[in-house]
Amino acid sequence: MEFQGFERENGEVGVRNYVAVIPTVGCANEVVEEITGRVNGCKALLHHQGCCHIPSDLETVERVLIGWGRNPNVAAVLLVGLGCEGVSIDRVYDEISKSKKPVEKIVIQENGYRKTVEKGVETVKKLLELAKESKRENFDLSKLTIGVKCGASDTTSGIASNPAVGEVIDKIIENGGTVIFGEITEIIGAEHILAKRAVSSEVSEKISSSVKELEKKVRSLGIDLRGCNPTPGNIRGGLSTIEEKSLGAIVKGGSKKIRDVLEYGEKPTSSGLYVMISPGREIEFLTGPVAGGAQMILFTTGIGAPQGYPIAPVIKICGNPRTCSRLHEHIDVDVSDIITEGVSVQKAAERILEKAVSVASGEKTKAELIGYDKTVDIYIRGMIL
Amino acid sequence: MKKVSRAIVLHERDNVATMLNDVDSGEEIEVISQYGTFKIKALNRIPFGHKVSLRVIRKGERVVKYGEVIGVAVKNIQKGEHVHVHNLKSMF
Repeated sequence: MEFQGFERENGEVGVRNYVAVIPTVGCANEVVEEITGRVNGCKALLHHQGCCHIPSDLETVERVLIGWGRNPNVAAVLLVGLGCEGVSIDRVYDEISKSKKPVEKIVIQENGYRKTVEKGVETVKKLLELAKESKRENFDLSKLTIGVKCGASDTTSGIASNPAVGEVIDKIIENGGTVIFGEITEIIGAEHILAKRAVSSEVSEKISSSVKELEKKVRSLGIDLRGCNPTPGNIRGGLSTIEEKSLGAIVKGGSKKIRDVLEYGEKPTSSGLYVMISPGREIEFLTGPVAGGAQMILFTTGIGAPQGYPIAPVIKICGNPRTCSRLHEHIDVDVSDIITEGVSVQKAAERILEKAVSVASGEKTKAELIGYDKTVDIYIRGMIL
Repeated sequence: MKKVSRAIVLHERDNVATMLNDVDSGEEIEVISQYGTFKIKALNRIPFGHKVSLRVIRKGERVVKYGEVIGVAVKNIQKGEHVHVHNLKSMF
């Protein structure tokens, strides 16, 4: 099975061919919005971080900014800085440049608003010309890195969409691809099962401790994540234990061995399945795998989560027949026939994989068609100072 | 048209299936698994999304879904019986 993508200088392959305009700090967002509003074909990554963080968060933000720039869906990058932010625009510039793609930078405090916008628009036009030179060619699935996520889940997620996506993930890995899943909050209660699937005792320990650390932090705020699950709503829906609830979520990550636990936004070092330390909330979660190099996201939903992502297509898969008909403008793959017709999970998985290959080759997702893909942020764990 | 009640087995190791619609006590359930379909009789009313036992599960035995242990039976469970918080407990 092959898809058609854009090969980059460093041998990685994009499924999209964007010029990304990235603010190094939230204070530069308005300039970036103005620049990207004036030129077609470029993408803004408007986040709210980049300054006044504790050192470990600042490190995370830089890792993400570099990862966004290096993502193979991005052909060229314009960085827009304010000038006095905590993030080092020079370091971000240098690290993205190592991927050999064109990178430019402008600083607002050196130019003012109008001149920065003017220069930015000129630069983006020039970068778009360079991007146009890339053409789609055939590649096998080993060139794909996929992020997996569930959001606005319901009973159908654990029965239909998540098991079907799990099958697809196994196929992608069997074909040499790379997959990142995470949402540590969803793993609570099933961490012993994931830990058993680790490639080494060291990775197994990392999986258990990532859950322990999260629980400890939340407990210090007086909240018991384990004790309040499954919720009364979960129990009404048929979930009897926390193990069952968590398994219903992590089944979307398939059944393969787990190679490693990644920091948020970190790039996997080889192919296979990875767990990334990340939150459950979409806007921060999606940034994690995309900064880690994922070109595409498989996203399951029950009630209907509509959002995409600026630089990576997000494929929405739904097993709830009511949602599929009511929100068909947001659902890319309808697997509700698992429930209504008794279609096998394996058959439904074939449809998802077909759609994924087609989207990788250029077919637009529902979120891309609508343009419901602008909201992003970066996961910050410490205080804003 | 006669109503067909269905349940799905999510992994070959599972001893429970998940209902794809509501079933009333005494009705037949068509169980869909990776290896084809078979029928069992529902011993209770079991709602959509809830679990039905595929065989006798003795008290103390593990309940398996997604191929993994989701808890332990705290009562003897008959084939076709509703499996939920009244007869299944977490191992945490």
